[in-house]
Amino acid sequence: MIAALALLALLCGWEALVGFGGVDPLLLPAPTQVLEALWEDRSLLAPDLWATTYEVVLGLAAAVAAGAVLAIAMHLSPVLRRALRPLVIGSQAVPVPVIAPLVILVLGFGLAPKVLLVALVCFFPITINLYDGLRGADADARRLLRSLQASRWQALRLVEAPAALPAAFTGLKVAAAVAVIGAVFAEWAGAERGLGHALLTANGQLETARAFAATLLLFLLAIALYGACALLERRVVDWTPRTGHGGP
Amino acid sequence: MQSETEAQVASPRDVEAAGVEIDGVDVSYGAVQALRGLTLRVAPGEIVAVVGPSGCGKSTLLELVCGLVEPDTGRVRAGAAALMPQRDALLPWLSAVDNAGLALRVAGASRAQARAAAQEHFAAFGLAGFERSRPAALSGGMRQRVAFLRTLLAGRPVLCLDEPFGALDALTRLQMQRWLAGALEREPRTVLLVTHDVEEAVLLADRVALLSPRPGRIVELLDVDVPRPRARDARAIVELRERALEVLGAP
Repeated sequence: MIAALALLALLCGWEALVGFGGVDPLLLPAPTQVLEALWEDRSLLAPDLWATTYEVVLGLAAAVAAGAVLAIAMHLSPVLRRALRPLVIGSQAVPVPVIAPLVILVLGFGLAPKVLLVALVCFFPITINLYDGLRGADADARRLLRSLQASRWQALRLVEAPAALPAAFTGLKVAAAVAVIGAVFAEWAGAERGLGHALLTANGQLETARAFAATLLLFLLAIALYGACALLERRVVDWTPRTGHGGP
Repeated sequence: MQSETEAQVASPRDVEAAGVEIDGVDVSYGAVQALRGLTLRVAPGEIVAVVGPSGCGKSTLLELVCGLVEPDTGRVRAGAAALMPQRDALLPWLSAVDNAGLALRVAGASRAQARAAAQEHFAAFGLAGFERSRPAALSGGMRQRVAFLRTLLAGRPVLCLDEPFGALDALTRLQMQRWLAGALEREPRTVLLVTHDVEEAVLLADRVALLSPRPGRIVELLDVDVPRPRARDARAIVELRERALEVLGAP
């Protein structure tokens, strides 16, 4: 409620600032102008929204698959852990705007480089959170399974994997929120569609209101993705107080 | 409560299969020596309580019997043992009945088989109607009963109970002690019961082993030759309790 009021106040202030000639609308369009652009250019922006959503969802899925395999491998094998941890951390240090053009050069203008770059951005929070979650399983429960002569695989399946789910979802939600960034940089480096591409062309044509409209859609896309992950978390992880009855 | 698990373990009477023999065992964790020269024998079907100051290696003793720790020196021979860890170690995402059947699943039973086997005991354990409840929705006493049922269903002749009632309030603990005495009379097992509660030890056990501070060794073995059911205020019980406290240095 308070958040909505604060947002409303901000928008009114912004609208007034532009309306009373404080700022050139070419530099900063008023909120109503942005909404107008969103409506008028809807047939232009809709395919872009769809394209970016597709890239982001595929990239996120690829990051989940790769992250799960890697986190479990690192959890099970100390050798792999030592070998891969620097690489996993290093993947987060890769400056996406710098390597995006290189990836496009190698993989072309199609879907593949976008999915790869989104996955690169999402991969780290997913892998590290899942890995920490697997290690964080209750020590007493582990001892119990060892006393029952459970196999390594049974310990993973019956105790460690379910115990890691809350942390894994935290990683997934962080990834969902930042995935859009990867898609935008990939599209800037070379694309024919997508909201990042729309942003770039609108800027080039001084269509500031349309650029803001595209940004608004990116913003909403990130929120929707986060919301979808949070919803899934509540369905899957229904035993912790955080997500149980009375949760967010 | 006639069950397959009982049938599996009722017959063997030799020490190898259902008793515990610990001979001159040392255990160290790095520089810390947990147990030194510990010797203890538990006959099949006997209940032995182990009491000592905190950090005296009581839990290590149970880990030895369960094969989770290897002795540095000495020898451990024990029948297959099931561990009930301190705090119940119930898995929060599993229902009560799935938690109780966990050992069966580890042993290869399907989820449905494990559930059916655990389900049979729920009424006798005072858990009827709570089959599908998650541990968070159960009271402390009920959680301990689920954990104990899980330990029984492992189908092993030796039970290693690590402070099973340590986390309960005083009143619930008394009820659970009475309940455990009854449950062990119905399903006799060889039991090693670790506790810091001298009264609990004297009420439940056939013999009480008193441990020294770390590194732990047995300073005295008390025979509790009192018929069951035992009353807390029975003269023999009170005397044994006082004797144990005196040996442990807390008169």
